[in-house]
Amino acid sequence: MTGPLVEIRKLSHSFGGHRALDEVSLHVEPGSYTVLLGPSGSGKTTLLSIIGGFVHPDEGSVFIRGNDFTRTPPAQRPTATVFQDYALFPHLSVGNNVGFGLRMRGVARAKRVGRSREALAMVGLADSYHKMPHQLSGGQRQRVALARSLVVEPAVLLLDEPLGALDLKLRRQMQDELKALQKRVGTAFIHVTHDQEEAMALADHCIVMNDGRIEDQGPPERVYSRPASRFSATFMGESTLLSGKVLDLGTDEIRIDTRVGLLSLAGAGEPGFDVSLAIRPEHITLVPEPGSVSLGEAAVTDVVFQGSFKRVSAVSAKDPGVAFIAKLRSSQPVAVGDTVTLYASPAEMVLLSR
Amino acid sequence: MMRLAGKLLVSAYALAIYGFIFLPVVVLVLFSFQATSFPIPPFTGPSLRWYETVLADTRLTSALFNSVLVALLSSALAVALGFLAAWGFARHHLPRSGLLRGLITLPLTVSYLIIGMGMLILFNAAGIPRSLVAAGIGHVVINLPLCFAIIYSQMGDHQVNIERAARDLGAPEWKVLFLVSVPVLWPAIFASFFLSMTFSWDEFVISFLLTRFDTTLPVEIWNLLRSGLNPRTNAIGSLVFGVSIVFALLLELAFLRRSRR
Repeated sequence: MTGPLVEIRKLSHSFGGHRALDEVSLHVEPGSYTVLLGPSGSGKTTLLSIIGGFVHPDEGSVFIRGNDFTRTPPAQRPTATVFQDYALFPHLSVGNNVGFGLRMRGVARAKRVGRSREALAMVGLADSYHKMPHQLSGGQRQRVALARSLVVEPAVLLLDEPLGALDLKLRRQMQDELKALQKRVGTAFIHVTHDQEEAMALADHCIVMNDGRIEDQGPPERVYSRPASRFSATFMGESTLLSGKVLDLGTDEIRIDTRVGLLSLAGAGEPGFDVSLAIRPEHITLVPEPGSVSLGEAAVTDVVFQGSFKRVSAVSAKDPGVAFIAKLRSSQPVAVGDTVTLYASPAEMVLLSR
Repeated sequence: MMRLAGKLLVSAYALAIYGFIFLPVVVLVLFSFQATSFPIPPFTGPSLRWYETVLADTRLTSALFNSVLVALLSSALAVALGFLAAWGFARHHLPRSGLLRGLITLPLTVSYLIIGMGMLILFNAAGIPRSLVAAGIGHVVINLPLCFAIIYSQMGDHQVNIERAARDLGAPEWKVLFLVSVPVLWPAIFASFFLSMTFSWDEFVISFLLTRFDTTLPVEIWNLLRSGLNPRTNAIGSLVFGVSIVFALLLELAFLRRSRR
């Protein structure tokens, strides 16, 4: 097969007066794990609903395997959805839940039972065939929902905040299972979440959404290390943002007048332009390291001990509008009210123009 | 001491209340077993004499059969229409939805006499004769709002995704309704059906106005009463009461099953 599995072209959609999606375009490759990451109201769920066929977009189109499915009802799409509340049929046994899609496709009973059992075995629930959904735990229901959607062999599996209703520990465990399952079945997954850790752990391709637009997309490592926008830098992991103006250009280097002082770094820009520098918390230190520069003095406002590190918030002495976030080694003595000097290497700073 | 007095007072009060509610029925049932010809003290029974008379009376037994038929068919129709209306309102955006829902439940607040008179006039004008069918339609009119209200109240948003899942898995709309929506709402459907049965079974005014030769049991009992009280009326009244109790129990069962879930 050539070309993308799913191609979204310039989707726009409004609910009432609110523009939920604004000219969104994207590709999903076969066999990939795509995560749509964004805060609530960013349009990620609307986008998923449009791919699943539950919402028909105002403008734009949805192509799956090269065919236009924009206005096809869900029943006739090669997609299957795992709902946030699992949406299992409460009056049917687990086995009949899983077999429902096959039943709708007219698969004979004996074959249906066999395939449902296989699907249940795949998610580790082989012995739950005759149970009712209310006898299962949240994590087990989640797996039944997965089996129910995968048994119909969709071209793409859509997951709407599938781990949102689980507690943290179970969520991390299911996260690993989801990834392993996806690799095993090879179906493309599109997964919606607001949890950036979940996104980083699962995604081959991460799409950061905000206000109905795509802010950034790419492999999660790239999105984390070189975010494309201020929003992406602060939503996918935390960042300290320094706003400033481009002063002048050197060879391969530009000087930027930030609110905590002049900084030079590699990059391109035009003099007079408003830009931001994003620094990840793990790149801010209390002692100068080779290549690092001073960010000035700052007053520590908060210290949270998180086991292997301390998360330290501080406010710049030069400009109280600048808030630093740093991850420091736990052994580092620092307390609220301390005045510290912060350092970071320009090589680790990301120049953002939007 | 005070606590004991309080307890006695509460018990006496409860006894008075339940006595007030149930004493007339108890008296009715008791004197249906009277051996002599008048349902007045002293009690001369017990005797099944009047039950035999009642069951041998073809007018009464055919009225009983009519009542059951009207109750079954009108309730089934009222539930079917009420379910579809509830589903329409819960799952689709309708203009003026609130107003329309209010209008559908409005007959609950209108007296049966007014509804019956209105239908009598309408049927007369339309040339539809007074009959069991007319009374049945009348019972649908009074029970549809009830069925709608009960089913609509249970048709929450949590079922929206269940129906979506069915569609997503390839179910056409009628299968979504019959394989998912109806089974999930079964307790509410069951409850509204038996409540409708109970109301139709007991209903007098509309049946009285809209039937002529073949009629329902309450109307036939009224005919009996016109010739004065006798234990026969007590016996048939007790039978009607017994059937109502059965409906009430079935209704309770439907709700109990629901709350256990």
